[in-house]
Amino acid sequence: MGTFQFIGENLPLIWTRTLEHIWLVGISIVIAICTGVPIGILITRSRALADRVLYVAAAVMTIPSIALFGLLIPVLSKIGQGIGFLPAVIALVIYAQLPIIRNTYTAIMNVDPSLREAAVGMGMTFLQRLRHVELPIALPVIINGVRNAVVLNIAVAAIATYIGAGGLGTFISRGISQTDPRQLLTGAIAVSVLAIVADFSLLALRRYLTSPGLRTNP
Amino acid sequence: MIRLDRLTKAFGSVTAVDGVTMDVPSGAVCVLLGPSGCGKTTTMKMINRLITPTSGKIFIDGRDTSTLDAVTLRRSIGYVIQQIGLFPNKTIEDNICVVPDLLGWDRKKSRKRAAELLELVNLDPSVFLRRYPKELSGGQQQRVGVVRALAADPPVLLMDEPFGAIDPINREVIQDEFMKLQAELKKTVVFVSHDIDEAVKMASHIAIFRDGKLIQFDKPDHILANPIDNFVADFVGGDRTLKRLRLVKVADAMQVAPVSVVAGDSLETAVARMEANNHTTIVMVGPRGRARGFLHLNDIRGKGGVVGDHVETLPGLINVNDDLRNAVSAMFSHGVTWLACVDDEGFYKGYVTQRGISQLLGASYRE
Repeated sequence: MGTFQFIGENLPLIWTRTLEHIWLVGISIVIAICTGVPIGILITRSRALADRVLYVAAAVMTIPSIALFGLLIPVLSKIGQGIGFLPAVIALVIYAQLPIIRNTYTAIMNVDPSLREAAVGMGMTFLQRLRHVELPIALPVIINGVRNAVVLNIAVAAIATYIGAGGLGTFISRGISQTDPRQLLTGAIAVSVLAIVADFSLLALRRYLTSPGLRTNP
Repeated sequence: MIRLDRLTKAFGSVTAVDGVTMDVPSGAVCVLLGPSGCGKTTTMKMINRLITPTSGKIFIDGRDTSTLDAVTLRRSIGYVIQQIGLFPNKTIEDNICVVPDLLGWDRKKSRKRAAELLELVNLDPSVFLRRYPKELSGGQQQRVGVVRALAADPPVLLMDEPFGAIDPINREVIQDEFMKLQAELKKTVVFVSHDIDEAVKMASHIAIFRDGKLIQFDKPDHILANPIDNFVADFVGGDRTLKRLRLVKVADAMQVAPVSVVAGDSLETAVARMEANNHTTIVMVGPRGRARGFLHLNDIRGKGGVVGDHVETLPGLINVNDDLRNAVSAMFSHGVTWLACVDDEGFYKGYVTQRGISQLLGASYRE
Protein backbone atom coordinates (compact mmCIF):
# COMPACT_ATOMS: atom_id res chain seq x y z
CA MET A 1 0.00 0.00 0.00
CA GLY A 2 3.01 2.24 0.57
CA THR A 3 3.61 2.45 -3.13
CA PHE A 4 0.15 3.79 -3.90
CA GLN A 5 0.49 6.28 -1.11
CA PHE A 6 3.82 7.39 -2.54
CA ILE A 7 2.29 7.73 -5.98
CA GLY A 8 -0.61 9.69 -4.57
CA GLU A 9 1.65 12.07 -2.73
CA ASN A 10 4.07 12.60 -5.62
CA LEU A 11 1.78 12.94 -8.61
CA PRO A 12 3.21 16.30 -9.79
CA LEU A 13 6.76 14.92 -9.64
CA ILE A 14 5.77 11.72 -11.46
CA TRP A 15 4.13 13.85 -14.11
CA THR A 16 7.27 15.98 -14.53
CA ARG A 17 9.46 12.90 -14.80
CA THR A 18 7.06 11.33 -17.30
CA LEU A 19 7.21 14.43 -19.48
CA GLU A 20 11.02 14.35 -19.30
CA HIS A 21 10.90 10.71 -20.32
CA ILE A 22 8.53 11.37 -23.21
CA TRP A 23 10.62 14.30 -24.36
CA LEU A 24 13.80 12.20 -24.31
CA VAL A 25 12.24 9.32 -26.21
CA GLY A 26 10.22 11.54 -28.52
CA ILE A 27 13.19 13.61 -29.68
CA SER A 28 15.34 10.55 -30.19
CA ILE A 29 12.64 8.70 -32.15
CA VAL A 30 11.98 11.67 -34.41
CA ILE A 31 15.70 11.92 -35.16
CA ALA A 32 15.92 8.13 -35.58
CA ILE A 33 13.05 8.17 -38.10
CA CYS A 34 14.73 10.99 -40.01
CA THR A 35 17.90 8.95 -40.32
CA GLY A 36 16.64 5.35 -40.25
CA VAL A 37 13.94 5.59 -42.92
CA PRO A 38 16.19 7.21 -45.55
CA ILE A 39 18.95 4.71 -44.76
CA GLY A 40 16.44 1.86 -45.06
CA ILE A 41 15.31 3.23 -48.44
CA LEU A 42 18.84 3.83 -49.64
CA ILE A 43 20.05 0.32 -48.94
CA THR A 44 17.25 -1.20 -51.06
CA ARG A 45 19.37 -0.17 -54.03
CA SER A 46 22.28 -2.43 -53.13
CA ARG A 47 22.09 -5.83 -51.55
CA ALA A 48 25.73 -5.77 -50.43
CA LEU A 49 25.29 -2.40 -48.77
CA ALA A 50 22.08 -3.57 -47.10
CA ASP A 51 23.80 -6.60 -45.59
CA ARG A 52 26.59 -4.46 -44.15
CA VAL A 53 24.37 -1.71 -42.78
CA LEU A 54 21.99 -4.17 -41.15
CA TYR A 55 24.92 -6.07 -39.67
CA VAL A 56 26.42 -2.95 -38.12
CA ALA A 57 23.03 -1.81 -36.80
CA ALA A 58 22.50 -5.23 -35.23
CA ALA A 59 25.99 -5.21 -33.73
CA VAL A 60 25.36 -1.80 -32.13
CA MET A 61 22.23 -3.21 -30.48
CA THR A 62 24.38 -5.72 -28.59
CA ILE A 63 26.30 -2.98 -26.76
CA PRO A 64 24.82 -2.77 -23.25
CA SER A 65 23.12 0.59 -22.87
CA ILE A 66 24.97 1.52 -19.74
CA ALA A 67 28.26 0.89 -21.58
CA LEU A 68 27.17 3.02 -24.51
CA PHE A 69 26.38 5.90 -22.15
CA GLY A 70 29.82 5.42 -20.65
CA LEU A 71 31.49 5.40 -24.04
CA LEU A 72 29.88 8.68 -24.98
CA ILE A 73 31.10 10.52 -21.87
CA PRO A 74 34.74 11.08 -22.97
CA VAL A 75 33.68 11.92 -26.52
CA LEU A 76 31.05 14.47 -25.58
CA SER A 77 33.07 15.88 -22.69
CA LYS A 78 35.11 17.68 -25.32
CA ILE A 79 32.11 19.91 -26.00
CA GLY A 80 31.15 19.98 -22.37
CA GLN A 81 28.17 17.65 -22.78
CA GLY A 82 29.60 14.44 -21.30
CA ILE A 83 26.49 13.75 -19.25
CA GLY A 84 22.89 14.78 -19.35
CA PHE A 85 20.38 15.16 -22.14
CA LEU A 86 22.61 15.06 -25.24
CA PRO A 87 24.42 11.75 -24.68
CA ALA A 88 21.11 10.17 -23.71
CA VAL A 89 19.47 11.28 -26.95
CA ILE A 90 22.45 10.15 -29.02
CA ALA A 91 22.42 6.70 -27.45
CA LEU A 92 18.67 6.36 -27.92
CA VAL A 93 18.95 7.40 -31.58
CA ILE A 94 21.58 4.73 -32.10
CA TYR A 95 19.45 2.04 -30.45
CA ALA A 96 16.41 2.95 -32.48
CA GLN A 97 18.20 2.56 -35.80
CA LEU A 98 18.02 -1.19 -36.23
CA PRO A 99 14.25 -1.73 -35.97
CA ILE A 100 13.54 1.31 -38.13
CA ILE A 101 16.15 0.60 -40.82
CA ARG A 102 15.34 -3.12 -40.91
CA ASN A 103 11.58 -2.65 -41.18
CA THR A 104 11.89 0.08 -43.79
CA TYR A 105 14.25 -2.06 -45.86
CA THR A 106 12.15 -5.23 -45.56
CA ALA A 107 8.88 -3.45 -46.27
CA ILE A 108 10.16 -1.77 -49.42
CA MET A 109 11.85 -4.92 -50.66
CA ASN A 110 8.55 -6.75 -50.17
CA VAL A 111 6.61 -4.40 -52.43
CA ASP A 112 5.41 -6.50 -55.37
CA PRO A 113 7.99 -6.06 -58.17
CA SER A 114 5.18 -5.78 -60.73
CA LEU A 115 4.00 -2.60 -58.98
CA ARG A 116 7.46 -1.18 -59.32
CA GLU A 117 7.51 -2.15 -63.00
CA ALA A 118 4.12 -0.57 -63.57
CA ALA A 119 5.24 2.60 -61.76
CA VAL A 120 8.45 2.91 -63.76
CA GLY A 121 6.70 1.99 -67.00
CA MET A 122 4.14 4.73 -66.47
CA GLY A 123 6.88 7.29 -66.05
CA MET A 124 7.33 7.79 -62.32
CA THR A 125 10.69 9.04 -61.12
CA PHE A 126 12.42 7.36 -58.17
CA LEU A 127 10.98 9.87 -55.70
CA GLN A 128 7.47 9.70 -57.18
CA ARG A 129 7.59 5.93 -56.95
CA LEU A 130 8.55 6.21 -53.29
CA ARG A 131 5.87 8.72 -52.52
CA HIS A 132 2.96 7.23 -54.46
CA VAL A 133 3.66 3.53 -54.28
CA GLU A 134 6.45 2.16 -52.14
CA LEU A 135 6.17 4.23 -48.97
CA PRO A 136 2.35 4.06 -48.68
CA ILE A 137 2.51 0.29 -49.10
CA ALA A 138 5.49 -0.07 -46.75
CA LEU A 139 4.06 2.31 -44.15
CA PRO A 140 2.36 -0.23 -41.84
CA VAL A 141 5.56 -2.23 -41.52
CA ILE A 142 7.69 0.88 -41.03
CA ILE A 143 5.37 2.02 -38.25
CA ASN A 144 5.73 -1.38 -36.62
CA GLY A 145 9.49 -0.80 -36.66
CA VAL A 146 8.94 2.56 -34.99
CA ARG A 147 6.75 0.87 -32.36
CA ASN A 148 9.56 -1.58 -31.59
CA ALA A 149 12.01 1.30 -31.34
CA VAL A 150 9.73 3.34 -29.08
CA VAL A 151 9.12 0.52 -26.63
CA LEU A 152 12.81 -0.31 -26.61
CA ASN A 153 13.79 3.32 -26.04
CA ILE A 154 11.30 3.86 -23.25
CA ALA A 155 13.09 1.03 -21.43
CA VAL A 156 16.60 2.22 -22.31
CA ALA A 157 15.77 5.83 -21.40
CA ALA A 158 15.06 4.65 -17.85
CA ILE A 159 18.77 3.85 -17.55
CA ALA A 160 19.77 7.26 -18.85
CA THR A 161 19.08 8.61 -15.41
CA TYR A 162 22.56 7.37 -14.45
CA ILE A 163 24.11 9.98 -16.74
CA GLY A 164 21.81 12.61 -15.37
CA ALA A 165 19.23 12.72 -18.13
CA GLY A 166 16.29 12.62 -15.74
CA GLY A 167 13.10 10.83 -16.63
CA LEU A 168 11.24 8.04 -14.87
CA GLY A 169 14.49 6.15 -14.31
CA THR A 170 15.17 8.57 -11.48
CA PHE A 171 12.59 6.77 -9.32
CA ILE A 172 14.18 3.45 -10.09
CA SER A 173 17.76 4.53 -9.39
CA ARG A 174 16.72 6.22 -6.14
CA GLY A 175 14.64 3.24 -5.21
CA ILE A 176 17.73 1.06 -5.58
CA SER A 177 20.19 3.35 -3.82
CA GLN A 178 17.81 4.14 -0.95
CA THR A 179 16.44 0.59 -0.77
CA ASP A 180 13.00 2.11 -1.20
CA PRO A 181 10.69 -0.33 -3.01
CA ARG A 182 7.98 2.34 -3.24
CA GLN A 183 10.05 4.53 -5.55
CA LEU A 184 11.39 1.51 -7.40
CA LEU A 185 7.87 0.21 -8.08
CA THR A 186 6.58 3.65 -8.98
CA GLY A 187 9.31 4.04 -11.61
CA ALA A 188 8.82 0.52 -12.95
CA ILE A 189 5.04 0.83 -13.21
CA ALA A 190 5.23 4.25 -14.82
CA VAL A 191 7.74 3.05 -17.43
CA SER A 192 5.58 0.01 -18.25
CA VAL A 193 2.40 2.04 -18.52
CA LEU A 194 4.14 4.59 -20.71
CA ALA A 195 5.43 1.84 -23.01
CA ILE A 196 1.99 0.26 -23.33
CA VAL A 197 0.27 3.58 -23.97
CA ALA A 198 2.87 4.56 -26.57
CA ASP A 199 2.59 1.20 -28.31
CA PHE A 200 -1.19 1.36 -28.57
CA SER A 201 -1.11 4.98 -29.72
CA LEU A 202 1.22 4.05 -32.54
CA LEU A 203 -0.98 1.08 -33.42
CA ALA A 204 -3.90 3.47 -33.72
CA LEU A 205 -1.76 5.81 -35.81
CA ARG A 206 -0.86 2.91 -38.11
CA ARG A 207 -4.53 2.05 -38.60
CA TYR A 208 -5.28 5.68 -39.35
CA LEU A 209 -2.46 6.14 -41.84
CA THR A 210 -2.82 2.85 -43.71
CA SER A 211 -4.82 3.09 -46.94
CA PRO A 212 -8.15 1.23 -46.72
CA GLY A 213 -7.01 -0.64 -49.84
CA LEU A 214 -4.22 -2.26 -47.86
CA ARG A 215 -6.18 -3.30 -44.80
CA THR A 216 -6.59 -7.02 -44.47
CA ASN A 217 -9.84 -6.72 -42.52
CA PRO A 218 -11.94 -3.99 -44.06
CA MET B 1 4.27 4.97 -86.37
CA ILE B 2 6.92 2.96 -84.57
CA ARG B 3 10.09 2.02 -86.40
CA LEU B 4 12.63 -0.38 -84.99
CA ASP B 5 15.95 -0.08 -86.76
CA ARG B 6 18.45 -2.94 -86.33
CA LEU B 7 17.52 -3.13 -82.67
CA THR B 8 19.87 -5.33 -80.65
CA LYS B 9 20.12 -6.17 -76.98
CA ALA B 10 22.83 -8.31 -75.47
CA PHE B 11 22.83 -9.44 -71.85
CA GLY B 12 26.45 -10.38 -71.33
CA SER B 13 27.24 -13.00 -73.95
CA VAL B 14 23.56 -13.74 -74.66
CA THR B 15 21.98 -11.82 -77.50
CA ALA B 16 18.34 -11.48 -76.47
CA VAL B 17 17.30 -9.37 -79.42
CA ASP B 18 19.30 -9.56 -82.60
CA GLY B 19 19.06 -6.91 -85.29
CA VAL B 20 15.28 -6.48 -85.33
CA THR B 21 14.00 -4.08 -87.96
CA MET B 22 10.30 -3.43 -88.45
CA ASP B 23 7.73 -0.71 -89.04
CA VAL B 24 4.51 -0.71 -87.08
CA PRO B 25 2.07 1.57 -88.88
CA SER B 26 -0.08 4.05 -86.93
CA GLY B 27 -3.28 2.49 -85.66
CA ALA B 28 -1.93 -1.04 -86.06
CA VAL B 29 -2.15 -3.74 -83.43
CA CYS B 30 1.19 -5.48 -83.79
CA VAL B 31 1.44 -8.73 -81.85
CA LEU B 32 4.95 -9.88 -81.01
CA LEU B 33 4.63 -13.64 -80.94
CA GLY B 34 6.98 -16.45 -80.10
CA PRO B 35 7.99 -19.02 -77.51
CA SER B 36 9.35 -17.82 -74.17
CA GLY B 37 12.85 -16.47 -74.34
CA CYS B 38 12.50 -15.44 -77.97
CA GLY B 39 13.12 -11.76 -77.26
CA LYS B 40 9.61 -10.44 -77.78
CA THR B 41 9.24 -8.92 -74.29
CA THR B 42 12.75 -7.47 -74.40
CA THR B 43 11.92 -5.88 -77.74
CA MET B 44 8.76 -4.33 -76.32
CA LYS B 45 10.48 -3.03 -73.19
CA MET B 46 13.08 -1.27 -75.30
CA ILE B 47 10.30 0.83 -76.82
CA ASN B 48 9.58 2.57 -73.50
CA ARG B 49 13.23 2.23 -72.46
CA LEU B 50 12.63 -0.05 -69.51
CA ILE B 51 15.51 -1.83 -71.21
CA THR B 52 18.26 0.11 -72.93
CA PRO B 53 19.20 -1.20 -76.37
CA THR B 54 22.79 -2.32 -76.93
CA SER B 55 22.59 -0.94 -80.44
CA GLY B 56 20.01 0.13 -82.96
CA LYS B 57 17.37 2.81 -82.78
CA ILE B 58 13.67 3.19 -82.14
CA PHE B 59 11.66 5.95 -83.77
CA ILE B 60 8.17 6.95 -82.70
CA ASP B 61 6.56 9.23 -85.27
CA GLY B 62 9.99 9.86 -86.70
CA ARG B 63 11.60 10.89 -83.42
CA ASP B 64 14.55 8.92 -82.12
CA THR B 65 13.42 7.84 -78.65
CA SER B 66 16.97 7.76 -77.30
CA THR B 67 17.07 11.55 -77.61
CA LEU B 68 14.02 11.94 -75.34
CA ASP B 69 13.97 11.95 -71.56
CA ALA B 70 13.01 8.41 -70.44
CA VAL B 71 10.40 9.61 -67.95
CA THR B 72 8.73 11.93 -70.48
CA LEU B 73 8.81 9.16 -73.07
CA ARG B 74 7.14 6.66 -70.73
CA ARG B 75 4.37 9.09 -69.84
CA SER B 76 3.51 9.32 -73.52
CA ILE B 77 3.27 5.53 -73.87
CA GLY B 78 0.50 3.49 -72.26
CA TYR B 79 1.77 0.41 -70.48
CA VAL B 80 -0.23 -2.68 -69.51
CA ILE B 81 1.39 -5.69 -67.85
CA GLN B 82 0.20 -9.22 -67.22
CA GLN B 83 0.37 -8.82 -63.43
CA ILE B 84 -1.90 -5.78 -63.89
CA GLY B 85 0.02 -3.83 -61.25
CA LEU B 86 -2.79 -1.65 -59.90
CA PHE B 87 -1.55 0.22 -56.85
CA PRO B 88 -3.36 -1.35 -53.88
CA ASN B 89 -3.11 1.82 -51.79
CA LYS B 90 -4.99 3.91 -54.35
CA THR B 91 -8.64 3.89 -55.33
CA ILE B 92 -9.60 2.83 -58.84
CA GLU B 93 -10.09 6.50 -59.69
CA ASP B 94 -6.62 7.48 -58.47
CA ASN B 95 -5.10 4.46 -60.20
CA ILE B 96 -6.58 5.50 -63.53
CA CYS B 97 -5.40 9.08 -62.99
CA VAL B 98 -1.77 8.20 -62.19
CA VAL B 99 -0.31 9.45 -65.45
CA PRO B 100 -2.63 12.49 -65.79
CA ASP B 101 -1.60 13.43 -62.24
CA LEU B 102 2.07 13.00 -63.08
CA LEU B 103 1.50 15.24 -66.07
CA GLY B 104 -0.19 17.81 -63.86
CA TRP B 105 -3.61 17.68 -65.51
CA ASP B 106 -6.45 19.57 -63.94
CA ARG B 107 -7.96 17.28 -61.32
CA LYS B 108 -11.54 17.77 -62.43
CA LYS B 109 -10.67 16.95 -65.99
CA SER B 110 -8.75 13.78 -65.15
CA ARG B 111 -11.46 12.52 -62.75
CA LYS B 112 -14.10 13.08 -65.37
CA ARG B 113 -12.03 11.17 -67.87
CA ALA B 114 -11.57 8.28 -65.41
CA ALA B 115 -15.34 7.92 -65.19
CA GLU B 116 -15.73 8.00 -68.97
CA LEU B 117 -13.02 5.41 -69.45
CA LEU B 118 -14.59 3.06 -66.91
CA GLU B 119 -17.84 3.21 -68.82
CA LEU B 120 -16.03 2.24 -71.99
CA VAL B 121 -15.09 -1.08 -70.41
CA ASN B 122 -18.55 -1.64 -68.94
CA LEU B 123 -17.69 -0.85 -65.32
CA ASP B 124 -20.18 1.44 -63.61
CA PRO B 125 -18.22 4.52 -62.44
CA SER B 126 -20.59 5.19 -59.55
CA VAL B 127 -19.78 1.74 -58.20
CA PHE B 128 -16.11 1.34 -59.02
CA LEU B 129 -14.39 4.75 -58.84
CA ARG B 130 -14.13 4.75 -55.05
CA ARG B 131 -13.24 1.11 -54.67
CA TYR B 132 -9.80 -0.33 -54.07
CA PRO B 133 -8.18 -2.89 -56.39
CA LYS B 134 -8.54 -5.77 -53.92
CA GLU B 135 -12.33 -5.40 -54.11
CA LEU B 136 -12.33 -6.18 -57.85
CA SER B 137 -12.12 -9.52 -59.67
CA GLY B 138 -9.10 -10.27 -61.84
CA GLY B 139 -11.01 -9.46 -65.02
CA GLN B 140 -12.28 -6.18 -63.62
CA GLN B 141 -8.78 -5.28 -62.45
CA GLN B 142 -7.32 -5.82 -65.90
CA ARG B 143 -10.05 -3.68 -67.46
CA VAL B 144 -8.92 -0.94 -65.10
CA GLY B 145 -5.32 -1.76 -66.04
CA VAL B 146 -6.13 -1.14 -69.69
CA VAL B 147 -8.01 2.12 -69.13
CA ARG B 148 -5.27 3.32 -66.79
CA ALA B 149 -2.86 2.98 -69.69
CA LEU B 150 -5.26 5.00 -71.85
CA ALA B 151 -5.92 7.74 -69.30
CA ALA B 152 -3.53 10.34 -70.65
CA ASP B 153 -4.55 9.46 -74.21
CA PRO B 154 -1.11 8.26 -75.34
CA PRO B 155 -0.73 7.55 -79.06
CA VAL B 156 1.17 4.34 -78.34
CA LEU B 157 0.19 1.43 -76.11
CA LEU B 158 2.49 -1.37 -75.00
CA MET B 159 0.82 -4.50 -73.66
CA ASP B 160 2.81 -7.34 -72.13
CA GLU B 161 0.62 -10.45 -72.24
CA PRO B 162 -2.17 -8.37 -70.76
CA PHE B 163 -4.84 -11.06 -70.76
CA GLY B 164 -2.57 -14.01 -70.00
CA ALA B 165 -3.58 -14.36 -66.35
CA ILE B 166 -7.32 -14.08 -66.93
CA ASP B 167 -9.61 -17.10 -67.15
CA PRO B 168 -10.54 -18.15 -70.71
CA ILE B 169 -14.15 -16.95 -70.62
CA ASN B 170 -13.31 -13.52 -69.27
CA ARG B 171 -10.32 -13.31 -71.59
CA GLU B 172 -12.56 -13.58 -74.66
CA VAL B 173 -14.84 -10.88 -73.29
CA ILE B 174 -11.99 -8.51 -72.48
CA GLN B 175 -10.36 -9.14 -75.84
CA ASP B 176 -13.62 -8.24 -77.55
CA GLU B 177 -13.99 -5.11 -75.42
CA PHE B 178 -10.44 -4.11 -76.21
CA MET B 179 -11.02 -4.61 -79.94
CA LYS B 180 -14.07 -2.37 -79.75
CA LEU B 181 -12.10 0.25 -77.83
CA GLN B 182 -9.23 0.04 -80.29
CA ALA B 183 -11.58 0.40 -83.28
CA GLU B 184 -12.65 3.70 -81.75
CA LEU B 185 -9.34 5.00 -80.40
CA LYS B 186 -6.97 3.69 -83.11
CA LYS B 187 -3.87 3.61 -80.93
CA THR B 188 -0.66 2.12 -82.20
CA VAL B 189 -0.42 -1.02 -80.10
CA VAL B 190 2.52 -3.33 -79.54
CA PHE B 191 1.22 -6.43 -77.86
CA VAL B 192 3.32 -9.32 -76.57
CA SER B 193 1.69 -12.73 -76.61
CA HIS B 194 2.57 -16.39 -76.88
CA ASP B 195 -0.96 -17.37 -77.86
CA ILE B 196 -1.45 -17.72 -81.60
CA ASP B 197 -5.25 -17.64 -81.28
CA GLU B 198 -5.09 -14.37 -79.40
CA ALA B 199 -2.71 -12.99 -82.00
CA VAL B 200 -4.96 -14.00 -84.90
CA LYS B 201 -7.92 -12.47 -83.15
CA MET B 202 -6.36 -9.16 -82.15
CA ALA B 203 -3.56 -8.42 -84.57
CA SER B 204 -3.43 -6.33 -87.68
CA HIS B 205 0.22 -7.38 -87.91
CA ILE B 206 2.05 -10.32 -86.40
CA ALA B 207 5.79 -10.42 -85.76
CA ILE B 208 7.11 -13.91 -85.07
CA PHE B 209 10.31 -14.12 -83.05
CA ARG B 210 12.75 -16.95 -82.49
CA ASP B 211 16.05 -16.75 -80.60
CA GLY B 212 16.03 -12.97 -80.67
CA LYS B 213 15.47 -12.73 -84.39
CA LEU B 214 12.41 -11.48 -86.20
CA ILE B 215 11.48 -14.43 -88.41
CA GLN B 216 8.34 -13.18 -90.12
CA PHE B 217 6.43 -9.91 -90.00
CA ASP B 218 3.18 -9.77 -91.91
CA LYS B 219 -0.59 -9.56 -91.73
CA PRO B 220 -2.09 -12.49 -89.80
CA ASP B 221 -3.77 -13.96 -92.86
CA HIS B 222 -0.52 -13.96 -94.83
CA ILE B 223 1.36 -15.60 -92.00
CA LEU B 224 -1.27 -18.31 -91.68
CA ALA B 225 -1.41 -18.83 -95.44
CA ASN B 226 2.29 -18.55 -96.15
CA PRO B 227 4.46 -19.36 -93.15
CA ILE B 228 8.01 -18.51 -94.13
CA ASP B 229 9.56 -21.68 -92.70
CA ASN B 230 8.81 -24.81 -90.71
CA PHE B 231 9.28 -23.05 -87.41
CA VAL B 232 6.56 -20.54 -88.19
CA ALA B 233 4.32 -23.24 -89.67
CA ASP B 234 4.69 -25.34 -86.52
CA PHE B 235 4.18 -22.34 -84.31
CA VAL B 236 0.97 -21.20 -85.95
CA GLY B 237 -0.28 -24.78 -85.78
CA GLY B 238 -1.47 -27.56 -88.05
CA ASP B 239 -4.95 -26.07 -88.09
CA ARG B 240 -3.74 -22.77 -89.43
CA THR B 241 -6.19 -22.86 -92.30
CA LEU B 242 -9.08 -23.16 -89.88
CA LYS B 243 -7.67 -20.21 -87.94
CA ARG B 244 -7.85 -18.17 -91.10
CA LEU B 245 -11.62 -18.62 -91.18
CA ARG B 246 -11.80 -16.20 -88.33
CA LEU B 247 -9.94 -13.54 -90.29
CA VAL B 248 -12.26 -13.44 -93.30
CA LYS B 249 -15.63 -11.73 -93.16
CA VAL B 250 -18.64 -13.35 -94.76
CA ALA B 251 -18.98 -10.21 -96.86
CA ASP B 252 -15.59 -10.91 -98.45
CA ALA B 253 -16.33 -14.53 -99.28
CA MET B 254 -19.94 -14.36 -100.47
CA GLN B 255 -21.28 -14.22 -103.99
CA VAL B 256 -22.84 -10.79 -104.27
CA ALA B 257 -25.84 -9.54 -106.23
CA PRO B 258 -27.55 -12.91 -106.13
CA VAL B 259 -30.61 -13.74 -108.19
CA SER B 260 -33.78 -14.10 -106.19
CA VAL B 261 -37.51 -14.45 -106.62
CA VAL B 262 -40.49 -12.91 -104.87
CA ALA B 263 -43.61 -14.66 -103.60
CA GLY B 264 -45.68 -13.67 -106.62
CA ASP B 265 -43.29 -15.07 -109.24
CA SER B 266 -44.36 -18.21 -111.04
CA LEU B 267 -42.46 -21.43 -110.52
CA GLU B 268 -41.44 -21.36 -114.18
CA THR B 269 -39.66 -18.05 -113.58
CA ALA B 270 -37.87 -19.55 -110.58
CA VAL B 271 -36.77 -22.61 -112.54
CA ALA B 272 -35.63 -20.47 -115.45
CA ARG B 273 -33.56 -18.23 -113.17
CA MET B 274 -31.92 -21.18 -111.47
CA GLU B 275 -31.07 -22.86 -114.75
CA ALA B 276 -29.77 -19.64 -116.24
CA ASN B 277 -27.34 -19.30 -113.31
CA ASN B 278 -26.63 -22.98 -113.00
CA HIS B 279 -28.03 -23.04 -109.43
CA THR B 280 -30.09 -25.75 -107.74
CA THR B 281 -31.63 -23.44 -105.18
CA ILE B 282 -32.96 -19.89 -105.15
CA VAL B 283 -33.84 -17.54 -102.32
CA MET B 284 -37.22 -15.88 -102.08
CA VAL B 285 -37.15 -12.31 -100.78
CA GLY B 286 -39.90 -10.16 -99.36
CA PRO B 287 -41.20 -7.02 -101.04
CA ARG B 288 -38.32 -4.91 -99.72
CA GLY B 289 -35.62 -7.50 -100.22
CA ARG B 290 -35.50 -9.37 -96.90
CA ALA B 291 -34.60 -13.06 -97.19
CA ARG B 292 -37.81 -15.06 -96.55
CA GLY B 293 -37.21 -18.63 -97.70
CA PHE B 294 -35.91 -20.74 -100.53
CA LEU B 295 -36.88 -23.20 -103.26
CA HIS B 296 -35.01 -26.26 -104.46
CA LEU B 297 -34.90 -26.93 -108.22
CA ASN B 298 -35.78 -30.63 -107.92
CA ASP B 299 -38.86 -29.89 -105.81
CA ILE B 300 -40.50 -27.51 -108.26
CA ARG B 301 -39.36 -28.63 -111.71
CA GLY B 302 -42.40 -29.24 -113.91
CA LYS B 303 -44.86 -27.99 -111.26
CA GLY B 304 -47.18 -25.05 -111.74
CA GLY B 305 -48.18 -22.25 -109.38
CA VAL B 306 -46.45 -19.41 -107.62
CA VAL B 307 -43.27 -19.31 -105.53
CA GLY B 308 -45.12 -18.30 -102.36
CA ASP B 309 -46.96 -21.64 -102.20
CA HIS B 310 -43.87 -23.84 -102.40
CA VAL B 311 -41.31 -21.88 -100.41
CA GLU B 312 -39.39 -23.60 -97.62
CA THR B 313 -37.86 -22.02 -94.56
CA LEU B 314 -34.21 -21.07 -94.87
CA PRO B 315 -32.07 -23.51 -92.88
CA GLY B 316 -29.82 -20.78 -91.60
CA LEU B 317 -28.86 -17.19 -92.16
CA ILE B 318 -25.52 -15.56 -91.61
CA ASN B 319 -24.78 -11.91 -91.09
CA VAL B 320 -22.39 -10.38 -93.61
CA ASN B 321 -20.28 -9.02 -90.74
CA ASP B 322 -19.72 -12.43 -89.17
CA ASP B 323 -16.47 -14.24 -89.84
CA LEU B 324 -16.23 -17.40 -91.89
CA ARG B 325 -15.70 -19.50 -88.80
CA ASN B 326 -19.27 -18.76 -87.75
CA ALA B 327 -20.48 -19.37 -91.28
CA VAL B 328 -18.81 -22.78 -91.53
CA SER B 329 -20.03 -23.64 -88.06
CA ALA B 330 -23.60 -22.76 -89.08
CA MET B 331 -23.29 -24.87 -92.23
CA PHE B 332 -22.13 -27.87 -90.24
CA SER B 333 -24.80 -27.51 -87.58
CA HIS B 334 -27.59 -27.20 -90.17
CA GLY B 335 -26.12 -29.83 -92.45
CA VAL B 336 -26.13 -27.57 -95.50
CA THR B 337 -23.50 -26.54 -98.03
CA TRP B 338 -24.59 -22.93 -98.46
CA LEU B 339 -25.99 -20.08 -96.43
CA ALA B 340 -27.93 -16.98 -97.35
CA CYS B 341 -26.15 -13.83 -96.16
CA VAL B 342 -28.09 -10.90 -94.78
CA ASP B 343 -27.15 -7.52 -93.37
CA ASP B 344 -28.17 -6.19 -89.98
CA GLU B 345 -31.64 -5.29 -91.34
CA GLY B 346 -32.21 -8.79 -92.73
CA PHE B 347 -31.85 -7.79 -96.39
CA TYR B 348 -30.57 -10.53 -98.66
CA LYS B 349 -27.06 -9.64 -99.78
CA GLY B 350 -25.55 -12.81 -101.17
CA TYR B 351 -24.68 -16.37 -100.32
CA VAL B 352 -21.62 -18.33 -99.21
CA THR B 353 -20.96 -21.91 -100.21
CA GLN B 354 -18.53 -24.47 -98.82
CA ARG B 355 -16.94 -24.65 -102.25
CA GLY B 356 -16.51 -20.91 -102.41
CA ILE B 357 -14.82 -20.85 -98.99
CA SER B 358 -12.50 -23.71 -99.93
CA GLN B 359 -11.52 -21.94 -103.11
CA LEU B 360 -10.95 -18.64 -101.34
CA LEU B 361 -8.72 -20.19 -98.70
CA GLY B 362 -7.00 -22.41 -101.25
CA ALA B 363 -6.28 -19.53 -103.59
CA SER B 364 -3.67 -17.96 -101.36
CA TYR B 365 -1.78 -21.27 -101.16
CA ARG B 366 -1.61 -21.52 -104.92
CA GLU B 367 -0.43 -17.96 -105.42
